[in-house]
Amino acid sequence: MEPQTKAMPETASQTAGPYVHIGLAPTAAGFGIYDTEIGKDIAGPMAGGERIRVEGVVRDGNGEPVRDVLIEVWQPNADGKFAHTDKVEQGFRGWGRVISDFDTGEWGFATIRPGAVGQGAPHLCLWVVARGINIGLHTRVYFDDLVEANATDPVLNMIDPPAHRQTLIARRTEQGSQPVYRFDIRLQGDSETVFFDI
Amino acid sequence: MTAKAPPHPPLYPRDWSRQPPALTPGYRTTRARSPRRRLIRLPDTPGALTGPLFSPEDIGVDDWDLLTNFAAPGQSAIGPRMIVHGRVLDENARPVPGTLIECWQANAGGRYRHKADTYLAAIDPNFGGCGRTLTDQDGRYQFRTVRPGPYPWPNGPNTWRPAHIHFSVFGHSFAQRLITQCYFEGDPFIPLCAIVGAIPDPGAAEALTALLDLDATIPHDTVAYRFDIILRGRRATCFENRPEGT
Repeated sequence: MEPQTKAMPETASQTAGPYVHIGLAPTAAGFGIYDTEIGKDIAGPMAGGERIRVEGVVRDGNGEPVRDVLIEVWQPNADGKFAHTDKVEQGFRGWGRVISDFDTGEWGFATIRPGAVGQGAPHLCLWVVARGINIGLHTRVYFDDLVEANATDPVLNMIDPPAHRQTLIARRTEQGSQPVYRFDIRLQGDSETVFFDI
Repeated sequence: MTAKAPPHPPLYPRDWSRQPPALTPGYRTTRARSPRRRLIRLPDTPGALTGPLFSPEDIGVDDWDLLTNFAAPGQSAIGPRMIVHGRVLDENARPVPGTLIECWQANAGGRYRHKADTYLAAIDPNFGGCGRTLTDQDGRYQFRTVRPGPYPWPNGPNTWRPAHIHFSVFGHSFAQRLITQCYFEGDPFIPLCAIVGAIPDPGAAEALTALLDLDATIPHDTVAYRFDIILRGRRATCFENRPEGT
């Protein structure tokens, strides 16, 4: 029989707090403990596709950088395949985590440009946690140089008013051989980033 | 019944009545860090229903033991020796096997090993304060550690966090990703804490309190507490007996 009602409820979320680094990025907390810290390399050396970099800062409602944020990335490879049940390049995980600089709040990671999945425009999935965030925030990073794909993306087109869609579009800042995209996240205010219930 | 299971079965929608809202003014830091617009509910997408998978090669065999994973050879962390164990299940009460759990905590004095923690309680040279493990086929996990101490935090003039351990769990879908905190039965700071109080549903908050598990206690050695973690479950799958994630 198919279960249609829940047997038990999901555990409640609690903030990751200011010391999230101890558990998820101990080197940043100031000590080495594990032989390998996971999440440092999203794509791996064997992945096909264009190498890109994404950078940004998370700002709170006062415009202050969130200096203790941790962001996780989840994405498909250049062919739109997830390292889950699909076959992908050896070493391609499609997942990683990054923390902000403790002084400036700036963060950045290197990866490969994701491929399109189904009808959607290429994008990265992000999950944002920090002190003062009671439950992790899901958002997406689209790319401003994929104008046509973005224009027909079903998720972007769900967002109303349309002006809010711009909060999910990363801006290309480096036109060289390795594109760099800027993606600032705003937790509050007129340009509050769109967050999803996925 | 020969229906083929979809490649990534959908999850039950998240029950937001059991989750803390973004803005809980009693927890002061949420005031400037809480999005004010409604979340946009997405239809099921591969990016939400898939997620990173981990294997024993990703972690060390001793990472689960906080008593010794940072200690000098032959040494051990200081404090009440404690096992925290339980199961990771989904909302259909099915085990979630092979999923990564990471934990972190203050030492027995309430001090974190972190650049930013300046509390005057002493650092324990033999305690790092983090661990990680994978659940077994029945969704079971175990950490050995010391009981963390309560500590003051700057939410008000005299505010203290109850003793707690932070837990990070993946499940098999990015939409199941969860970070929470485990508290311990009988701690008088639990009902006073604004972070616990961010959860509107009393039952949902109470479920974060680990109970003494005398049966799992090792006599003359280590006390044990039980903490189960429930992740979002798959909706209407035809393969009832399949464990979650296979």
